[in-house]
Amino acid sequence: MRMMQTPFNEGEVRSLKLGEVVGISGTIVTARDEAHIRALEKGPEGSPACLKGCVLFHCGPIMQKADGGYAVVAAGPTTSARMDKLEAEMIRRFGIKAVIGKGGMSKEVAEAMKECGCVYLAAVGGAAVTYAESLIVKGVQWEDLGMAEAVWELGAQSFGPLVVAMDADGNSLYEDVKAKIKR
Amino acid sequence: MITLPETAEDIIVRLLRLANTKLPGDIGWALEAAAGWETGSIAYSQLGAIMDNAKKAEFLGRPMCQDTGLPVFYVSGTFDSSIKKDIENAVRRATAEVPLRPNLVDPLTRENTGDNTGLGAPFIHYHPTDDPFIQVDVLPKGAGSENMTRLAMLNPADGIEGIKRFVIDAVLDAGGRPCPPTIVGVGIGGTSDRCVEMAKEALLRPLDDRTKDKVIRELEEELFVKLNSSGLGPMGLGGATTVLGVRIKKEGCHTASLPVAVNIGCWATRRASVRIYKDRPPEFTQGVFA
Repeated sequence: MRMMQTPFNEGEVRSLKLGEVVGISGTIVTARDEAHIRALEKGPEGSPACLKGCVLFHCGPIMQKADGGYAVVAAGPTTSARMDKLEAEMIRRFGIKAVIGKGGMSKEVAEAMKECGCVYLAAVGGAAVTYAESLIVKGVQWEDLGMAEAVWELGAQSFGPLVVAMDADGNSLYEDVKAKIKR
Repeated sequence: MITLPETAEDIIVRLLRLANTKLPGDIGWALEAAAGWETGSIAYSQLGAIMDNAKKAEFLGRPMCQDTGLPVFYVSGTFDSSIKKDIENAVRRATAEVPLRPNLVDPLTRENTGDNTGLGAPFIHYHPTDDPFIQVDVLPKGAGSENMTRLAMLNPADGIEGIKRFVIDAVLDAGGRPCPPTIVGVGIGGTSDRCVEMAKEALLRPLDDRTKDKVIRELEEELFVKLNSSGLGPMGLGGATTVLGVRIKKEGCHTASLPVAVNIGCWATRRASVRIYKDRPPEFTQGVFA
């Protein structure tokens, strides 16, 4: 597993190869459907600063109030395809360096990734306890959207395993699998 | 000292905790078997992470997946209308106590009710029988797999081949989105509404429970082999394990119809059942009652 530290620079991101397994330490930020919609409405200036140039995590975690803050109970990836129509603009306007999710994203998103230097990292769907164990809460924004839809700024320690499933050259493991599928 | 018996509400809170934190044994075994035949390193690592996570969830008593879904309930046996309130209260309490993620929103305003109840939820199916207990089965259904649900009103002439084609396309078009390896629930027959209901009910039948109906069993086995030969693999990243099982439920239908529905269960198809008695402690199972 290749260990990486946030923030990512473009060179690092472009060096990631399809199928490579990585772990992340540093900061990752959650955003799902509602946070994407609001972020695109308000733009980078009106949105939480942590979103800019971040590693974005498609995740609606379970959080529990503890010691005046929050503890991460469960935090696995959600289906990324729901954000297909929003992510390309998100990558372009917020300079997102990596998107963590499950199931892959559209060709339009792959184009934006190629253009801006961004990758898609596949997390194991449902492995919510394993991932939660390597996360702490640093802050939360837009909590009015609800627990699942809020923007959670998370501190990560060797967060993984994550598979590079879409690289910054427009290649996609999902497209490779799809092309070979036997019906 | 007198020990007060648990109320039905207490028992259903326990049922929800069990379903969310402990993977049914048959699914655990199916994953172990799958890991044995996977040769690709990515596929193998996905299955490894899944099994590792299931063990951690059980040990720590935490929900195995952050999407604790919307719980679907099936109530059978001898009961009265108070069971509805018991289930509602239990869902509200389990949301705070387990905890479960508040997932219930108004479909248009998207406003969250905060405790997984209200707006008609929790959803409960009632099947009264003469048994001397109340049986409650729960299926907490996450959206990743639920969103892949499909219904087709096929022509009778499409026959069994049409059914196979429809099921295979539904699973392969879903790709990695429903968290494969999945369990494929299939409803055949009924009316349109009943057909979709059956597809979900089919997910309640454990993987090690073989149906006596030879035609259904052979169809389940054939679809299982076909889907696992597709190459889609764990999480849609390629491999030999696309499904852990296919479960089919069949009922009669109109002479001019052939309804087929697919309801997919993710690898974490969470289910648990309890029988509540008046005069003795409840019995829980995540398989078939002894």
